[in-house]
Order: sequence, then C-alpha cells, then structure tokens
Amino acid sequence: MSPLHAVRDAAIAAFVALAVALPIVGVRTVDTGAVLGVDFRLDWVAAIVATVFLGRLCVLLWMGRRERAPRQAGMLETTALGWLALIGRFLAYGIMGFALILPMMSFADRYVVDTATQVLIYVMLGWGLNVVVGLAGLLDLGYVAFYAVGAYSYALLAQNFGLNFWQCLPLAGLFAAFFGILLGFPVLRLRGDYLAIVTLGFGEMIRIILNNWASFTGGPNGLTSIPRPSFFGLEFSRSAPEGEQTFHQFFGLEYSTLHRLVFMYYLILILAFLTSWAVGRMRKLPVGRAWEALREDEIACQSLGINRTMTKLTAFAIGASFGGFAGSFFATRQGFISPESFTFIESATILAIVVLGGMGSQVGVVLAATVLVLLPEVFRDLAHYRMMVFGLAMVLIMIWRPKGFIGARVPSIRLADFRRPAA
Amino acid sequence: MLEVRGLQARYGAIEALRGIDLDVKAGEIVTLIGANGAGKSTLLMTLCGQPRASGGSVRFEGREITRLPTFEIMRLGIAQSPEGRRVFPRMTVLENLKLGAIVADPAHYAADLDRVLTLFPRLAERRDQRGGTLSGGEQQMLAIGRALMSRPRLLLLDEPSLGLAPLLVKQIFATVREINENEGVTVFLVEQNAFHALRLAHRGYVMVNGRITLSGPGSELLANPEVRSAYLEGA
Ligand SMILES: Nc1ncnc2c1ncn2[C@@H]1O[C@H](COP(=O)(O)OP(=O)(O)OP(=O)(O)O)[C@@H](O)[C@H]1O
Ligand SMILES: [Mg+2]
Repeated sequence: MSPLHAVRDAAIAAFVALAVALPIVGVRTVDTGAVLGVDFRLDWVAAIVATVFLGRLCVLLWMGRRERAPRQAGMLETTALGWLALIGRFLAYGIMGFALILPMMSFADRYVVDTATQVLIYVMLGWGLNVVVGLAGLLDLGYVAFYAVGAYSYALLAQNFGLNFWQCLPLAGLFAAFFGILLGFPVLRLRGDYLAIVTLGFGEMIRIILNNWASFTGGPNGLTSIPRPSFFGLEFSRSAPEGEQTFHQFFGLEYSTLHRLVFMYYLILILAFLTSWAVGRMRKLPVGRAWEALREDEIACQSLGINRTMTKLTAFAIGASFGGFAGSFFATRQGFISPESFTFIESATILAIVVLGGMGSQVGVVLAATVLVLLPEVFRDLAHYRMMVFGLAMVLIMIWRPKGFIGARVPSIRLADFRRPAA
Repeated sequence: MLEVRGLQARYGAIEALRGIDLDVKAGEIVTLIGANGAGKSTLLMTLCGQPRASGGSVRFEGREITRLPTFEIMRLGIAQSPEGRRVFPRMTVLENLKLGAIVADPAHYAADLDRVLTLFPRLAERRDQRGGTLSGGEQQMLAIGRALMSRPRLLLLDEPSLGLAPLLVKQIFATVREINENEGVTVFLVEQNAFHALRLAHRGYVMVNGRITLSGPGSELLANPEVRSAYLEGA
C-alpha cells in the first residue's frame, strides 16, 4: 500500500472514529442541580480521532512493508509443516506438564488456582466449540446454551433425585447432546451468516426459558446450594456428618479451603484432558474426517458417500456434550447458577477463543483461553479501562496473527503412517 | 450396468435434462460430449441424486437408485470425480485419499493406497502437500485417485482434461484406459475434448440442450460429419 493510500485509509478510519466518538464521548450529561445539563468534551474526541488516525497509519505502513517480504510458507501451507507440528507438540507437552504441577507451585494460592480453574473451563468450552466451528466449519453463536443445559441438568438432577456428580456428568452430557441435535435439525440446510443468526437465537431462547420457567428452574433467582462433588465419598467440609469422614480428617491434614479448590482444579483438568484426547482421536476416525471434509467442500463430501445430515448432527451433538460436561462442572464449582451466567457474551467469548486460537487447533485454544481469561484479570487495577485494553489486545492479535495463534492445520495422517508402495 | 431412462432434471424453471436415455455396460468406457451448458455435468450429478431427477429413472446393476439419497448411491459402487476437481484444499494429498476411502472397508485401505499411488506416482511424491496448493493437473490426478479409493465398479469422470497441457491430457487418458482394462472399472466420461474422448471410448453419446442427439461407437462418431463440424473443428 502506498503512503498516499495509507493516509486516505487512515483518514476514513479517523472519520468513523469521529462519528462514533462524538455522541458517545463528546457529549456528557451533568447534574446542574435542578435540570440535567450537557457538557461537551471535544478535546477528548480530538484525542481519540488523532489516536485512531495515527494508529491506523502505523498499522498500514507496517503491514505494507511486510507484504512486500515473501511470506509464502505461512500463507500457502505448502508442506506438512514438520517443524510447526513439532513446536506445537512440544508446546502441548510443556503446557500439560505445567498444568499438572501448577497447584504445587509456591505461588499457587487460592486466587491462582481459582483463576487457573477458570481458564480450564474456557479451554474445555473452546475445545467443545472447536468441534463445531473449527472442524465442521459450522458457525455457532449459541454455544452457551449447551453450557447452560449441562449446568442446569446437574443442578436439577442432584437436587431432585439426589444423584451425585459422577452420576450426573454423563447424563448432563447426554442432555446437552440431545439439545445439540435439537438445534442441529432445523439448521441442517443453513451455512455461514444464516446459521450464525439461528444459533444466536437458540442460545437466547434457552436463556429466556431458564429465566421464565420459574417453577422448574428457579427463574432469575437461579438454583442455590448445588451439591459439591466429593473425593471418593470424602467431603471437603470442615466437619462430616455422623459416622463419615471429611477429606482432611481422612488424610490427617489441617482443614483448608484450598483442598477443595485444588480438587476442583484437577477435576476440570482431567475433564479437559479427556476432551482433548477424545477430540484428537475423533479427528482420525471417519466421523472426524467427515467433519473436516464438510468444512472444506460439501459437494465433494457427498460425492464420497458422506452422509451430510449425520455428519452435521454428530458435530453438533459431540460439541454440545463437551459444553454440557463443562456446564456440570461449572454448577458444582459455583454451588449456584442463574440464567445470568449464560448470556450471549459467554458464547462470544468462547467463539473468540476458538477464532483467536486458530480455528481447529487445540493448542491454539489453550493459548487463547489463557489470554482471554488472564487479560481482564491482569488489568483489573485499571478498572474501567480494562475492557478497553482487552479490546485493543484482540485487535493487535488479529493484526499480528490474522489466522489465530496456530493458524496452520496439522494433518491428521503423519509421514510414519505411510508405507511406500512396492515398486 | 447403468440404465438411464427418460431422465429429467431441472433447476427451478430451467429444464436442464429433457429425457435422457443412455446405457453403460459393464467393462465399457462410455463418453458423453456436448457444448457448454448442454447439461453434461447435470446428468452426472443427477445420477448421484443431486439435483434429484424430476422424471425418469436410473438403474444401477439392475437396482432402481433414482430416489436414493446421494450418500447411499455413492456407497453402491459408484464414484465421481466431480467438475472442478473439488479436492479438499487444506488437507494433504494423503488425507484427501483417505477421505476417498471413507465408506470403503478399512481393510483395503493400504492396498488401495498403493494402487492409486502407483497409478499416479506424482501423488506419491506430493503426498504431504495440501490439496489447494497442487497444480491443476495434480489436482485432477488427486480427484481421480480419491474417487478410486472407494473401489468403485463405475467411475464417473467430469472433464478430467479441463485446463491441462496436451501431454498431461494424454497421460490422464492413458491412465483412465489402464484403470478400465487392468482393473475392470467401468468408466462414464464427460468431456469437451471430443477427439481424445471418442478415441478412448468404446461408445459415445452427444448431448445438445438436455437431449441425446447422437450415439454410437467412438470411431463412428469421430467420423460423423456433424460431430466433426460441431466438436472437432480445428482438432
Ligand atoms: N445450480 C444451478 N442452478 C441453476 N442452473 C444451473 C445450475 N447448474 C447448472 N445450471 C444450468 O443448467 C444447464 C446445464 O449445465 P451443466 O453444468 O450441466 O452444463 P455442462 O454441459 O456440464 O457444461 P460445461 O461443458 O460448460 O461444463 C446450464 O444452462 C446451466 O446454466
Ligand atoms: Mg460441466
């Protein structure tokens, strides 16, 4: 891009910024005693417009320079990307090892373990949505619905039938999968934008039903005192009921609330590992191959005898069931759930994790979930501005890595699987 | 093997096939030639149920398949290398081939892979390259190879010579003959390249505006003045 074009483009961006900033930032209502007065802050607007202009200019000039440099390998994905796959694997093992020992580190206090648990929930949700969006290529904006179904399934089953966490977990996954199929049927023929709109509506529908069906779901008040999971029957409370032992009594430890947090952490870690393993396996099974093929070319898929309906429905069902598992975990961790936890912003965050991670990459999802959960935490001190920093970071990431952290697709058949034909 | 009777298909108000009668016998190579927009690709797709026939019938090995869903038709022993190749662009050659075998017995996979890679040594060299980055000719080989991975008895090929250099066209056609003669795969070939197609095929059909206007042995059609003036001018 020539400098002239860059300036023009930046001017357009600045104009858009002006149009947005003028009503939002430029005018402020102030309390002048009796009536509401208006105060103008044109200096602020000027600052914003100038920042946008200069920022856009810098980005354009910087990218223009990069465009001229040959960057073919990354864009065309010519080879099997042996080294990238290797780094990805290395990274995966590194992250896995770190995740395993995290609670034993000296800095791992309540806050760290709790935040790490939060990250893992999103990792798991990201992996689940990845099946639908990353592998099968079906843009789903209502994924939070399955998370909600999982959470409410657990809470209701536990409260009404006295089932424990481990009994509820598969049931919650099953319910979520059922809802996945329920969503899948009407959207079989939809793609892209249309699919996105319907799934968005579906997510909202579930939330509104949860909100209004008060006799069953507790409505906006939600469900409270959801049972906590036990460690093979040992509770994590200070004292046990007659004739039973608590976790700390059994192991002869001092009572600490950290025990439960660490237990929760390992619980979600195991669930996440299982998810990752299952998805990794499925990619190599016919069903997983069919998902990816469907993403690439539906007509070619059909010409190969792939059943499009079944393939889409399994993607929705499997993706949803992971959301359901994560939801159950969420319910048991919080001990309290309400429809407020399952708003559209959750769906958007999970989708952002998948996209930022690089559509289809498992390690990418981990990186993106970490960034997206930690960024707002790190900038907590900035109060109001932390969401701005968050937005800025997202923009920067997409400029720096437009295809996500790990944008290259790793082939599902390796060199070693191949036998040279006998000449 | 394949019996088509009075087959009709339409896209909304457009009648693309207006009653096609056509036979392909086991072991044959049959070609279908015709101008752009004659309905050749539509015929191949309708055989696979996409678009669905609006009239007439298709029988494969004596079995009525006109109303079967596409994925079931493709599991009966029919494979198609569709127009425009349609290889999976982000997947490697090996993954594309593996997908070709997705409905086949996994026990055959290794043998079929060997077979296809021997047929197209170029694919063996490029087995880890992404489909989308292959050259046009390589993509064509991949599309045919992928179709062969399901061990079809009937292979439907839509314009395999499209956009290929003359030498590569010859090579592809030689391979098609090899597949037919050595492996007994019946081939139904749609082509613009009438000269090569008619020389290769045992029999041929000519299609104009959704109807079959001529048919006969390949050599006979090649000698037909109408065919010569319409499809072989300058060849
Ligand atoms: N999806 C579609 N929707 C509407 N009309 C279509 C569609 N596909 C094909 N047609 C029309 O049907 C007619 C036959 O098309 P078809 O693709 O079968 O031609 P063809 O013989 O394969 O031509 P070519 O040699 O150019 O590939 C054309 O008039 C085309 O415009
Ligand atoms: Mg065509």
